Amino acid sequence: MLDPEMEFFMDPSRCIGCQACSHACSECDTHRGVSMIHLEFVDRAESTQTVPVVCMHCEDPACANACPADAIKKTADGVVQSALQSRCIGCSNCALACPFGVPRYVARIDQMMKCDLCYDRTSAGKRPMCVTVCPSGALAFGPRREIEALRRERPANRFRFGRQEVRTKVQIMLPGEGDALEMDVAELMAEGDADGRSSGVEGRLPDFVGR
Amino acid sequence: MGEVPAWKDDFPISWVDDHYVTRREFTKSLGLVSCAAFAATGTLAALGARRGGPRGAPARIAGVEELPVGGWKVFEYPEPGDPCLLVRLDRDRFAAFSQKCTHLGCPVVFRAAARKLYCPCHEGYFAAEDGRVLAGPPPRPLPRVNLERRGDDLWAMGIQS
Repeated sequence: MLDPEMEFFMDPSRCIGCQACSHACSECDTHRGVSMIHLEFVDRAESTQTVPVVCMHCEDPACANACPADAIKKTADGVVQSALQSRCIGCSNCALACPFGVPRYVARIDQMMKCDLCYDRTSAGKRPMCVTVCPSGALAFGPRREIEALRRERPANRFRFGRQEVRTKVQIMLPGEGDALEMDVAELMAEGDADGRSSGVEGRLPDFVGR
Repeated sequence: MGEVPAWKDDFPISWVDDHYVTRREFTKSLGLVSCAAFAATGTLAALGARRGGPRGAPARIAGVEELPVGGWKVFEYPEPGDPCLLVRLDRDRFAAFSQKCTHLGCPVVFRAAARKLYCPCHEGYFAAEDGRVLAGPPPRPLPRVNLERRGDDLWAMGIQS
């Protein structure tokens, strides 16, 4: 059982793009060679800024709701597990449903794989693999009061997609006063910017990392 | 969010709910498994009962005067490689059994003084008259060979397993 005091904090502004997290993740014996944390470029043409993408462990997970094979389960302590091997049919519905772009379809094994908060480690009182190697504190796992004492940013776990609010177990560190993130999907998916420059896949990420 | 559809109850997202087995489901599976086990044992019993009856064609195995009283002879019946044991109990009484112990298949030998068939592997004893188990681990009597006397010869008329 996960210690309820221990929480995962993700601060994209601290990410230096070193890839240590994804390498550490792919060294795990339960999924050797495949990383379940992804490092995304925010706007590759303009900036070197990267953002680590871990599963946010939604209170009402869209991936599990979209799964036609009943393969994604949430434990009592709020961790959304990766697809059950015997049930996953590799349909990628979860990958399309997730508002954070977390689940990935792995064609080699015809299964979806996603971050499960290193449940084998965290349920035994250890920190997730990615957190243990992150050199800049972009990924942190610990009691909330410890993080709040160390950082200027404030943790938040509410994301508004239009009228729908998604609440997550993983906290994202926000500058300033806000305690929820407005996600204007329509704006992010715009084909071009005001000056007519096309923004590709990288342009679809939200503003929280400051373009 | 609208109303939660009924099928969601059958496919819950929560791990705990997914593992939860209701009393009704448990009773149903218990009933189905018992029915399947009952049908399976019934089928096996029916198949076992249908077998039976002696196997093997009549074959001459020995002359009557070939064996002294208390003597024994190994012969192969019903196929070559199936060792059987013919024993002479009295002047007029003969008996024949498969030589393979019903426990683990060791060859049994005749102990004339005790009138028993003895398996040395695990100290199994069978009665020389009818092959029933007297002592030791064998689970079943020895398969018996039906004998018939034709003049001065003894003939095997099939083995009763």
